Amino acid sequence: MEKVFQRPHALSDVSFHYCPGCPHGIVHRLVAEVIDELGIEGDTIGVAPVGCSVFAYNYFECDMQEAAHGRAPAVATGIKRARPDKVVFTYQGDGDLAAIGTAETVHIAARGENVTTIFINNAIYGMTGGQMAPTTLAGQVTQTSPYGRDIKTQGNPIRVCEMLSTLDGPAYIERVTVDTVAHIKKAKAAIKKAFQTQMEGKGFTLIEVVSTCPTNWGMSPQESFEWMRENMLKHYPLGVYKDITQEEEA
Amino acid sequence: MTYETIFAGFGGQGILFAGKVIAYAGMIEGKNVSHLPSYGPEMRGGTANCSVIVSDVDVASPIITEPSALVVMNGPSLDKFEKAVVPSGKIFIDSSLISRKCEREDVDVYAIPATKMANDMGIPKLANMIMVGKLVKETGMFTWEQLKGAVTKLVPAAKAAMLESNIKALEAGYNF
Amino acid sequence: MGNKILMKGNEALAEAAIRAGCRHFFGYPITPQTEVSAYMAKKMPKIGGTFLQAESEVSAINMVYGAGGAGVRVMTSSSSPGISLKQEGISYIAGADVPCVIVNIVRGGPGLGGIQPAQSDYFQATKGGGHGDYHLVVLAPSSIQEMVDLTSDAFDIGDKYRCPVMIMGDGMLGQMMEPVEFKDTDAESLPEKEWATSGTGMKRKKNIINSLFIEASELEDLVLERQKRYDAIIANEVRYEAIDTEEADIVLVAYGTTARIAKTAMAKAKEKGYKVGIIRPITLWPFPFEAFEKALSKNTNKTFLAVEMSMGQMVEDVRLAVNGRADVQFFGRTGGVVPTPNEILAKIEEIGGAK
Repeated sequence: MEKVFQRPHALSDVSFHYCPGCPHGIVHRLVAEVIDELGIEGDTIGVAPVGCSVFAYNYFECDMQEAAHGRAPAVATGIKRARPDKVVFTYQGDGDLAAIGTAETVHIAARGENVTTIFINNAIYGMTGGQMAPTTLAGQVTQTSPYGRDIKTQGNPIRVCEMLSTLDGPAYIERVTVDTVAHIKKAKAAIKKAFQTQMEGKGFTLIEVVSTCPTNWGMSPQESFEWMRENMLKHYPLGVYKDITQEEEA
Repeated sequence: MTYETIFAGFGGQGILFAGKVIAYAGMIEGKNVSHLPSYGPEMRGGTANCSVIVSDVDVASPIITEPSALVVMNGPSLDKFEKAVVPSGKIFIDSSLISRKCEREDVDVYAIPATKMANDMGIPKLANMIMVGKLVKETGMFTWEQLKGAVTKLVPAAKAAMLESNIKALEAGYNF
Repeated sequence: MGNKILMKGNEALAEAAIRAGCRHFFGYPITPQTEVSAYMAKKMPKIGGTFLQAESEVSAINMVYGAGGAGVRVMTSSSSPGISLKQEGISYIAGADVPCVIVNIVRGGPGLGGIQPAQSDYFQATKGGGHGDYHLVVLAPSSIQEMVDLTSDAFDIGDKYRCPVMIMGDGMLGQMMEPVEFKDTDAESLPEKEWATSGTGMKRKKNIINSLFIEASELEDLVLERQKRYDAIIANEVRYEAIDTEEADIVLVAYGTTARIAKTAMAKAKEKGYKVGIIRPITLWPFPFEAFEKALSKNTNKTFLAVEMSMGQMVEDVRLAVNGRADVQFFGRTGGVVPTPNEILAKIEEIGGAK
């Protein structure tokens, strides 16, 4: 009998440690499918962050390095410079990428390093149990913003795609989400394009996946997607923020 | 034999290069040498100095606290290092830039109007080499041929005119 | 003159790294080591290597982690405040068993401190620096030639034991010029690193470079395995110079630049009739305890005088080595002040009494 659905080869045959309803599993699978489709598993090196996806090195079949909190872009830069013919990606959450690692993020983008970053934005610190993230929305309740994020004292949420798209280094930046089949297909296409753009040597690519955290948001998976659509997508609109491949074609 | 020379002056006078010529000549002659520059903010437009040791034995400390020779190309440097020179040491003064006399009477003092000489010769940047020429002549650290050989190896072959000027300056100092 | 070249310490060190097969350098400017970066910036593009000026010391050391993990010989260099910033990365590098070379051209501290030579990073280098159970191999050259030779050794030691190696100089060694000779190396024929993240090529199982081990027993096993490598380093890699220590009444203990100054003081003291010797640790970790055993083998009626450009950070190791068998004293200057031979001589005279 023909198999019509199976585990991508680049995805390891182990159980995820993620909470029920967490979109990390979906995004991991999309990355693995793209690696399979491009036939690059043997030539890919991934960098895992600190945060919920800290164990990403257990979930991909390619070579992996685990970085210190926020340093994945620097680690990826080191790998890419050492192995310029390989495909290098980082997989990072919002605390890792937009708080403790902001400098690394901005500078890998500014350098136009030929690296792909998969950025999971769920507006909260998941692994440590639900604290305020740099992308936590105004008024959003977390463990460390128990009265709702007060932008007067706790600052404003950062829009990473918008910020990085002002730089000359990035080749392709898109914000996607994975709440519906249509969005999942779009997200996969974006991830694939990011890897292909890297392989063509065009510069830094980043795909932001607006995501959820049912556990720490205190919602069911279904409710959390609804909350995300109503609140997060207003502050973090989906779309392409930078695409030099388009500009070249035009 | 150990020669311990301090070169001192303004940044931009080629103080470090003057020291390098001596260290280089020593190295070519198979001596043990060290060249220790001052560094940091003091190099930015301020004073520059370097300590150069040329010795038949291993150079232990590269720091010179009691120089056997002192080459100074501005007043503040003379003020700073004059007292440190060993008795019967040698002090070389660019007299076109330092108006005062050396106060020490237990040392040999050589006043050379190096900057004026260099200007007159049309090689205003090479007063340092005039001082080096005189230093080598009076200390007997190297022969003329050895000195000339060192600077020939130090100046890039592609810059023949530069080498010629350097030798001219060394010669003017050596014969002053 | 053989093949000797007159070179500044920082530049000689950079050239030595290149000759040892280092083609990747990640750094950030800071006085008094900036010439290392400048030399690399000039040379690397011409030999197909990478020089990258990172956005911070933190990034630079993590780039080192990435490149070292991917299997290439890699180096970073900095000076004290920058080395403090690198400590997080150094701990991860040690924890993930990634070989690399880290250069610290030490300046006065704490804080921003000064830019003049110092040895006040001894604790940081030899007693940890970052968090966790790990060691750096710390090499302390005292001449430019030794700096060159130890740079080559540093890469070999790193690869052999899969550990980070630090070369600890000071502002004076970085800035001064001395003649150096570069030995031929076989850097072109370095063996492949089977553990590196260089791509599986679909021919082997994946490699993971990692320092996270949630299971306590798993982490303990790894730390114990690493300790065995440290034991091998202690057995095989201790280096020191010892002169006249068995006969001496006073044994100076000094490393790096300070050892040279101490040697001048020793010569002056000998002229005055004092029986003085010197132990010059070349590896600060592992510390050369055996040098002290030799010095104490004939009699223990002597004084060990640690001479440092710090407030006596090495004294603890000297005391451990002497283990109560002899007198231990200290003389040092700090903050970037370099001790003079006469100051050390005065201390020798104070200990030895009038002659």
